[in-house]
Amino acid sequence: MSYLSIRNLSVRLKGGPPLLRRVSLDVGPGEVRGLVGESGAGKSMIGKAVLGILPPSVEVTGGEILLGGTDLLGLPPKDRRRRIGATCALIPQDPLTALNPSHRIEPQITDRLVNILGWTRAAARARARDLLEEVHLPDPERVLRAYPHELSGGMRQRILIASAFAAEPKLIVADEPTTALDVTVQKQILKLIREMQARHGTALVFVTHDLGVVSKVCQHLSVLYAGMVVEDARVADFFAAPRHAYSAALLAATPKYTDPDAGLNPVPDAVIDAVRAEVAAFDAAKARRGAA
Amino acid sequence: MSDLYRIENLRLALADMTAKPLFGPAPRIEILKGLSFGIAKGAVVGIVGGSGSGKSTLGRALVRLLEPSGGSIHFDGTDITHLPEAVLRPLRRRFQMIFQDPMSSLNPRHRVGTLIAEPLRLHRLDAIPDRVARALDHVGLPQNFATRFPHELSGGQRQRVGIARAIALEPDFILADEIVSGLDVSSQAQVLNLLERLVSDLGLTLAFISHDLSVIRRLCQRTLVLHQGRIVEDRPTAELFAAPASAYTRDLLEAIPLPDPSQPWL
Ligand SMILES: Nc1ncnc2c1ncn2[C@@H]1O[C@H](COP(=O)(O)OP(=O)(O)O)[C@@H](O)[C@H]1O
Ligand SMILES: Nc1ncnc2c1ncn2[C@@H]1O[C@H](COP(=O)(O)OP(=O)(O)O)[C@@H](O)[C@H]1O
Ligand SMILES: [Mg+2]
Ligand SMILES: [Mg+2]
Repeated sequence: MSYLSIRNLSVRLKGGPPLLRRVSLDVGPGEVRGLVGESGAGKSMIGKAVLGILPPSVEVTGGEILLGGTDLLGLPPKDRRRRIGATCALIPQDPLTALNPSHRIEPQITDRLVNILGWTRAAARARARDLLEEVHLPDPERVLRAYPHELSGGMRQRILIASAFAAEPKLIVADEPTTALDVTVQKQILKLIREMQARHGTALVFVTHDLGVVSKVCQHLSVLYAGMVVEDARVADFFAAPRHAYSAALLAATPKYTDPDAGLNPVPDAVIDAVRAEVAAFDAAKARRGAA
Repeated sequence: MSDLYRIENLRLALADMTAKPLFGPAPRIEILKGLSFGIAKGAVVGIVGGSGSGKSTLGRALVRLLEPSGGSIHFDGTDITHLPEAVLRPLRRRFQMIFQDPMSSLNPRHRVGTLIAEPLRLHRLDAIPDRVARALDHVGLPQNFATRFPHELSGGQRQRVGIARAIALEPDFILADEIVSGLDVSSQAQVLNLLERLVSDLGLTLAFISHDLSVIRRLCQRTLVLHQGRIVEDRPTAELFAAPASAYTRDLLEAIPLPDPSQPWL
């Protein structure tokens, strides 16, 4: 049974073109689903829709976002915010800009617990200390008192991971959580996210443009092009034989250092033309339905 | 022996502003700790290492945006280590640097044509419109891109403009610093193909800085691995991948997630 189930979600720029085209996907408890696609494909937009943080210039035009069986889009805004706040969290891309440079680490983890979830300061503080230990940060007391600039990029990302798990969310959206990091640090952070996610049984939506990362972290993936899911597959099946020509081309573009002749091939123009034609056909069908 | 660059025991120290006392000068920290290597004419050399290993500092020293504090840099037989700006200026046209984020280094209010022409004017070259047109051709951008603004371009197109700006000067050497790091895999592949073609068509020598060994493997015949301001490995790329000699190189390699669920990794 899925914890998150997105059904035919459509989003557009207000008075403008569609940004998400009837996106459907499911994530069960303890499962990890990768969202892949080139930049601008709509990966972050899906995460923002789930977390209720779509930019004001954008509107939902149809579909459902079922969280534990309840359609978030059918709830009054206040209830929706409460529901999301109590059950969901985000691990953002850039560990530097996501932390406020002028505040110590402690309130940046505990404020949400105290102000939104009604914990006592002492309980929130104890929880923060435990979590910093759980994400393998040495000397948690010192880290709580530190300012972000005193910590390395990898340490900051560990703090954001700790913070995301603080209120035992049922669903976490991780939006390119390692893009700003070195390969060696990336590996440690991915390992940590997987370990935490498995231990806590969290459903995880993992946004990335790197199919290498998907093959290590996810059990399912959705390949997006222009806000449309062109392939939804189990990871093992996808890497054995991608079904859609665009996703196959994306895989062929992914570098593979063990085989210098494979990888890093640009997506052929013919493949782009074909997937664009699919998008155009989708929009035309929608316009016909709208006119009828 | 036709080395375009000859680097001997290169050292470079910078003021550490984070440790500057209230009064008096900031202490200097040594970023490059005695590097020696050569770059042959026509070679494509990869420079790889984790963040903070000194790659960009080395790159900036090679094109003399930074002045070394020790050792020497010879460019095509000339010692450029401490050359004053006035003497350096005519040489500058021959070594060009392309940065990771061309948007932040380019004036967003200038059109692409103006941006490519700017360095040509600085070097007082003639027939600038022709040179701009040829540069756009070389990087595979249509001529009408000259009238576009940077924000109207995709990441891959902006990198092409960055490359056009550098090659328009007809340099001997280009230093590319993480120029494909922010791009989608498909645009990465296109830019790498383009660089490969330009190197052979224009007879360029290229140093390609990246933290990504997979990209280096594809493009470079030889690879320098930098770690904490020192060269820990300098070998033909194929050899380095077949049997990395330093533990640091092995760590870098093993950390790359291959697109293959059966690779044991985490
Ligand atoms: N704040 C915004 N206002 C209007 N359009 C936006 C905004 N953010 C993103 N978009 C557009 O929505 C599309 C999807 O963007 P995004 O989800 O950020 O892509 P991805 O995360 O896959 O790179 C893109 O075409 C992008 O230009
Ligand atoms: N202007 C500067 N002043 C002081 N230290 C610097 C400066 N620029 C870089 N550094 C330090 O030099 C080291 C190498 O930096 P850099 O050459 O940018 O590495 P890379 O490009 O490999 O990431 C880092 O430890 C960095 O913090
Ligand atoms: Mg995004
Ligand atoms: Mg750098």
